[in-house]
Amino acid sequence: MCREVDLQQAVLAKNDATAHSLRAGLTARGTTVVNLLSSPGSGKTELLERELGRAWARGVPVAALTADLATENDAVRLARSGAPVKQVLTDGLCHLEAGMLGRHIDDWLPDGTRILFVENVGNLVCPASYDLGETLRVVLASVTEGEDKPLKYPTAFGLAQLVVVTKTDLAQAVGFDEAAFRAHVQQVNPGVDVVLTAARRGEGVGMLLDRALAAGEGAPVHTPVMARQHPSHQHTHTHQHTHTHQDHRTHGGQHTHTHTHTGVHTHTHPDLGTHDHPHTGPHAHAHPDEPLVVTTAPASAAQHRP
Amino acid sequence: MHEMSIAMAVVDQVEEAAQAGGAASVGSVRLQVGELAGVVPDALSFCFGLACAGTVLEGAELVVEPVAARARCEPCADEWAVGMPPRLCCPACGEPTAELLSGRELQIVSVHWQDGPEHEHTREPIFQER
Ligand SMILES: Nc1nc2c(ncn2[C@@H]2O[C@H](COP(=O)(O)OP(=O)(O)OP(=O)(O)O)[C@@H](O)[C@H]2O)c(=O)[nH]1
Ligand SMILES: [Mg+2]
Ligand SMILES: [Zn+2]
Repeated sequence: MCREVDLQQAVLAKNDATAHSLRAGLTARGTTVVNLLSSPGSGKTELLERELGRAWARGVPVAALTADLATENDAVRLARSGAPVKQVLTDGLCHLEAGMLGRHIDDWLPDGTRILFVENVGNLVCPASYDLGETLRVVLASVTEGEDKPLKYPTAFGLAQLVVVTKTDLAQAVGFDEAAFRAHVQQVNPGVDVVLTAARRGEGVGMLLDRALAAGEGAPVHTPVMARQHPSHQHTHTHQHTHTHQDHRTHGGQHTHTHTHTGVHTHTHPDLGTHDHPHTGPHAHAHPDEPLVVTTAPASAAQHRP
Repeated sequence: MHEMSIAMAVVDQVEEAAQAGGAASVGSVRLQVGELAGVVPDALSFCFGLACAGTVLEGAELVVEPVAARARCEPCADEWAVGMPPRLCCPACGEPTAELLSGRELQIVSVHWQDGPEHEHTREPIFQER
């Protein structure tokens, strides 16, 4: 017998559920996650290294996890800041998922970490679909990439809670049109802040840390239009029953199994910036003096120091 | 390319439901893909074929229902097709007051399957497509 079964399951429901519990767990530990997204080479590591260094100098316990397809180069660079750093090699995967992040931080993230910066795989397409349990999603674009990137990668820029322009020291050389860039960002993500940085010159460094700390203290974070799909409009399909084609024989067994409604709404509600968790308690600087850990994608894989 | 990850998530979820429902084989899977879901339907179809191999979904067809992205500005009572690249500022007032009505869907709507033998105990199975 052939039957059509209504499932109504969000494809990313599992990742979203994992991200939600990760966010809740980390919030309870006093840790705020910042997810950094950009195309390869936009300057994520350069800016992050300086942000970590600034935080470390100020005595703010921060940590960073960086994901790449290959090499430990980024972790080596980031570890120069003194902050605890972990390299994740994604084994060919073009993005991080919430479950991967969860497994990697489980046995590594030092207690008392206030901000965990996650440098996602350099890619403006795939990582955009995966909530990592972050409280602040930052999308970076360098002045050398052109002003139209927000229009070419609308999902990435459309879901950003902060847009960072990098390498502004090169703006003049490449004729970067800041007004056009800002207009394009506003088109796909009205109301999002756009900030300028030139990490190489130390310009704009510290801003990310301040924003992340504020978000961790419960300050309002931008909610993009794209992350605000109205719940009542998500089900264009409303059948709630099983269609049985063929004869109507009585089965011995129960057939209540077809209605597995798991988190139908979650994928359009990444819960961006809607948590308020008063940040309390002292933050011990209990970081090991071996800041660099490298792990390959299966989180169970052995850790080693380079 | 994350379409492979998406395809595998679809296959996992359908497999789970099919197993619980005692399905012998899955004929097709209907999937809503919003214009702003960040997924390329062609790439997804290709990956879906690969992801189905060796599962109860082997040979299943992926039916993609595209969903257009629409937004609305409450104060202006204005509604528009956001298009691609999307225009998410209200075209009437220009304010960032828009609300997305549709376009981010990435949702398994329904699955068409063939019941397994334990559901066919009264007679020989009759294989008949709808
Ligand atoms: N002139 C200038 N160059 C910069 C700046 N920031 C980064 N760069 C350079 O741009 C190149 C790429 O920077 P990264 O920080 O490695 O970029 P990334 O985004 O981490 O790259 P992936 O991790 O490979 O995706 C490096 O050569 C940096 O030195 C800047 O502010 N000014
Ligand atoms: Mg990097
Ligand atoms: Zn309006």
